[in-house]
Amino acid sequence: MEYGLKPLGREKLWLWLMLAPTIIGLVFGTIGSLLATLGLSLFDWDLINPPNWAGLSNYVALFQNKDYIEAFVNTLKFSALYVPGVVGISLVLAVLLNRKIRGVGIFRTIYFLPAVTSAVATALVWNMIYGKDTGILNWMLESLGLAPVCWLCTDNAMMSVVIVNVWGAIGEGMIIFLAGLTAIPRDYYEAASLDGASDLQQFFKVTLPLVTPSIFFQTLISAINAFQAYDYIYMLTRRGQGDSSVPVAVYSIYRNAFHFFRMGDASAQAIQLALLVAVFMAIMFWWERRYVVYE
Amino acid sequence: MSKSLPKKILDVLTYTLLVLGALTMLVPFLWMVSVSFREPAAQFSRNFIPNPFTLQNYVDLFEDLPDQAFFYLTFNSFKLSILAVIGQILTCAMAAFVFAIVKFRGRDFLFALLLATLMIPAQVSLIPNFIIFKYLGLIGTQWPLILPAFWGGAFGTFLLRQYFLTIPRDLVDAARMDGASLFNIFWRVYLPLSKPAVAALAIFVFKDAWNDLLHPLVYLPTDMQKTTLTVGLAFFQQQLQMGGKFTVLMAGAFLSILPLLIIFFIAQKQFIEGIALSGVKR
Repeated sequence: MEYGLKPLGREKLWLWLMLAPTIIGLVFGTIGSLLATLGLSLFDWDLINPPNWAGLSNYVALFQNKDYIEAFVNTLKFSALYVPGVVGISLVLAVLLNRKIRGVGIFRTIYFLPAVTSAVATALVWNMIYGKDTGILNWMLESLGLAPVCWLCTDNAMMSVVIVNVWGAIGEGMIIFLAGLTAIPRDYYEAASLDGASDLQQFFKVTLPLVTPSIFFQTLISAINAFQAYDYIYMLTRRGQGDSSVPVAVYSIYRNAFHFFRMGDASAQAIQLALLVAVFMAIMFWWERRYVVYE
Repeated sequence: MSKSLPKKILDVLTYTLLVLGALTMLVPFLWMVSVSFREPAAQFSRNFIPNPFTLQNYVDLFEDLPDQAFFYLTFNSFKLSILAVIGQILTCAMAAFVFAIVKFRGRDFLFALLLATLMIPAQVSLIPNFIIFKYLGLIGTQWPLILPAFWGGAFGTFLLRQYFLTIPRDLVDAARMDGASLFNIFWRVYLPLSKPAVAALAIFVFKDAWNDLLHPLVYLPTDMQKTTLTVGLAFFQQQLQMGGKFTVLMAGAFLSILPLLIIFFIAQKQFIEGIALSGVKR
């Protein structure tokens, strides 16, 4: 039943006053800026000289720009490693914590710590951990008789950055999955148990299907985060001039806009990032209709 | 009744995995703390316990950095985060109240539009916002970080609206009978009754503002008296690393996460709920 309080007389004015900040936000912050970015992507503009009409040339240029293609491919690679990593590990973690064991609260707190603390601060210490000659990770490898690895060199930087990002994100994923797992009625397991299903069978036949809404949600969120990943990458891989050894799409947008002041190129890249998010969401919602089980 | 053998094995396996994982989560934090209490000569030592133990790095942080940089960075981070909390709670709650309680033409359309903005990546807004603030002459001031906090937002509005919907409607009718105005019903009935949701939003907004790197990096000058802790630490990383002072850097990193750690330990429940919901935002 739709309920609604009717504004009386002059309260109409109050109503719009209360909505005014939100409407300003829509105009300047979100909807308006999406349109503005779309418009800017059709011009060449350095913020100093008057903007020049460029048509679709900024978009065409994206496909010829080696740096941008590298950045875009890096974003896809990063996401392909990061998303399964976060979803898989946090699901396993939540399943383990859901086994009604002692100390769940302590484990939950510990795993959640990186979600609370800033990526900047933890990246500083990860930089020390990854150090080539002085880092504790290489020290551990050496004490196992293995050769040291240059973790943040170009060849390995992607993997190292993914590890830190996954490390930082599994706490949130774990919370989402724990919420999903505790929502599964106990009776289902009892019924499966009576039918003689083993723990493993119960996991695949009861838990996994019923937790698909959480898997769907977490995959969506992780991917959107992955497309926009920035903080750890900036802290661990940046070089001079806004460059990075793992330049991703956001990096490229940032660099073009605020280092080179190529607003048209940066806008075209931002629009492409938004399209990537939109296309991915469309695919995910199609997938949801086919595979996600809602009770 | 004792557990069967396979169950016991499973328990041991569970604990082993959880403890190993927990160590992986904790080691970076423990290392940060450990290095921050060492003398610079021992910064790369593999002994976990600092020997000798020193507080000098924390003193250096406040006394050795030029222009009292660390004090200003901390002050700026607090100032901007608290302003963000005030702005978001005020503007999101007003909109949430209107969307939840008041009936007017275009309500559903406007609310749907607001929710749709959750899908727009922050980078898309960054460029036009930068240009607007540049024309207003505000680049280099803290206004570009403060003003957007006061123009509402889909996540906060949605979170509070959901909570407002659970408050019994009888209260509105009763207040109406007493002649309360729209704004008074919001201010005197809804806001005081929504403390848990407001607290969750406050914590969440504070955390996001405190940890933000991209926006201060774009809008604020690299002036240690004007920028925030995140930018400051990123800057010191380059400076101090070259000076070989990881110990001071770690002291700074630890102090920068301390406020959120304290909030987290006091209000863990709201924190986790707020962040579980924050998934909706990004």
